[in-house]
Amino acid sequence: MSTPLISIRDLHVSFHTQDGVVKAVDGVSFDVMPGETLGIVGESGSGKSVTANAIMRLNFGTQVDVSGEIIMNGKNLLEVDDDELRTLRGRQMAMVFQDPLTALNPFYTVGNQIAEAYLIHHPKATKSEVREIVLNAMVKVGIPEPTKRMDSYPHEFSGGMRQRIVIAIALVNNPQLLIADEPTTALDVTVQAQILELIGTLQEEYGSAVMLITHDLGVIAETADRVMVMYAGHAVELANVDELFETPTHPYTVGLLGSVHSLDDSSRGALQTISGTPPSLINLPTGCAFHPRCRFELGENSLCRTEAPQLHAVGKSRSACHLPESQLLQIGAKGGV
Amino acid sequence: MATVLEADHVKKYFPTGASKWLLRPTDQVLAVDDVSFKLEAGTTLGVVGESGCGKSTLGRVLAMLLKPTDGSVRLNGVDLATLNERDLNQVRRDIQFVFQDPYACLNPRHSIGESIATPMKVQKTHDKQGRRQRVQELMELVGLNPEHFNRFPHEFSGGQRQRVGIARALALNPKIIVADEPVSALDVSIQSQILNLLEGLQNDFGLSYVFIAHDLAVVRHIADEVAVMYLGKFVEYGDATSIYKTPRHPYTKALMSAAPVADPKIGRERKRIMLTGDVPSPVNPPSGCRFRTRCWKATDQCAEVEPQLVEVVPGHRVACHYPES
Repeated sequence: MSTPLISIRDLHVSFHTQDGVVKAVDGVSFDVMPGETLGIVGESGSGKSVTANAIMRLNFGTQVDVSGEIIMNGKNLLEVDDDELRTLRGRQMAMVFQDPLTALNPFYTVGNQIAEAYLIHHPKATKSEVREIVLNAMVKVGIPEPTKRMDSYPHEFSGGMRQRIVIAIALVNNPQLLIADEPTTALDVTVQAQILELIGTLQEEYGSAVMLITHDLGVIAETADRVMVMYAGHAVELANVDELFETPTHPYTVGLLGSVHSLDDSSRGALQTISGTPPSLINLPTGCAFHPRCRFELGENSLCRTEAPQLHAVGKSRSACHLPESQLLQIGAKGGV
Repeated sequence: MATVLEADHVKKYFPTGASKWLLRPTDQVLAVDDVSFKLEAGTTLGVVGESGCGKSTLGRVLAMLLKPTDGSVRLNGVDLATLNERDLNQVRRDIQFVFQDPYACLNPRHSIGESIATPMKVQKTHDKQGRRQRVQELMELVGLNPEHFNRFPHEFSGGQRQRVGIARALALNPKIIVADEPVSALDVSIQSQILNLLEGLQNDFGLSYVFIAHDLAVVRHIADEVAVMYLGKFVEYGDATSIYKTPRHPYTKALMSAAPVADPKIGRERKRIMLTGDVPSPVNPPSGCRFRTRCWKATDQCAEVEPQLVEVVPGHRVACHYPES
């Protein structure tokens, strides 16, 4: 295997709030390989966005503790100073946000905003050069009539078109890693299909790695190469996309896949559910964070309740569960779709 | 089966643009434009469509939260437009609404018990003692701990709040519930809990639902009949199984093929129909068929003649000049 583009080791992010310390990300480690698409899936509050923001160093403030290592090109991104960070953002890693309307500045034309992203890294570029680059970027993301549209303001675009602009801004410096945080959640399905396809083709063209964060397992199935499933700030499963959907190896993943409604499913019987609700991140359960909702939990005083499980190999995947491998594989084979 | 709710050529236009006091002709947003359907007792009509197609406006018209510009809504055969305010209030009991956002639909300063009791207070159906008892019954029914009636919304999760919203909608024993995207704000594992709850309540009380959603898979699970909306019109309407098995309108087909499938194998193999462009503005919808600007089958006829909703097979209507077979 080639060397990873970015390695995250034992990442912890916690927020100090009035009610206590919120452990949003609690010891997550993973790699992103060059050119691959890593999907991160989880429910709200599972820490997927916080992980992404940590890589971009967007969640730093006085009330936040971040520890661990994020190594990219031999540098720990958590240790570089602000000046250096500015040279890395946009060029090494760039981000596409969920809501394209709030990601864009309403007072500047979209052409201006794409140009700004380019100029930060190419301060000596001439006006005509920048114009060329901006036009090119807009053509690539499929904006019709770019010469006319570059002087339009964000409110003059539809949601899908705005997201294309945000993608153009993210890709204008040809970053090695594109982080897309719920890039299609605010969009309609027909437009979502367009945007996902666009990200896919641009990824092939630029050879960037993509970290796609979503709560939608359908989106994951169609775009990701590998998947990390997050729950309550922990990575509970890391697997290739085919294995994840065929034989999930963590009870949470099994439950998640079971509660997905499918278009072909004509059964009107009760849907499978995961009972209960995700835990409060201030008061995480001891041991495995999932144990209060887990059907297979081993009971009083078992490892499930006392010791936090770590990711380890189960079948072809990696799972953080105390159950014996044979049982996990059996659960997965039965519960998988 | 008895028809409980009937919409007959319902239209809802919103004025927009030029100022009214100059008496200039104003533009109109054709939010709902000539929609007709019948809802049988104990069944579910799923209304699907993308944002801006008018599905929420339709729901609001049906629940009497908005007055239709034209056309009529009949509840148990009674035309709602003929009723005066007092009678209207009486029939409001029969049709209740569940809102999309469980965070915004509850008053943060009212305990959930108060919120659930409000419909009974407004309609003066129960005295104080009766309300308290009914609230606890309802909470039990929707899977909440009845002892929590004096807690406040912020103490509950999204899924639990949606249960409060459902309990409130059930308070007056309605016959119909209009649910506008009741699960779209919830995580997928919680979505199934709420859908199971809604189905259980339907079986127990013989409720009829108008279930509005953008998620085709959710509608697939709960609906008996499905209406696909595009720019204020039903483009396809009929039996759910038939529509999902053989969608006949190009838009329905595209919508289904665009929905991501949670199975990488199927996802890779199937051919996806990629629609170009966005939904046109409902202020100036395209002439003829409203979908023609994005349709790969469009011809001159589509620009000139507006297709009517016709029954192609029993119980399955399509508004298209060139329906898929």
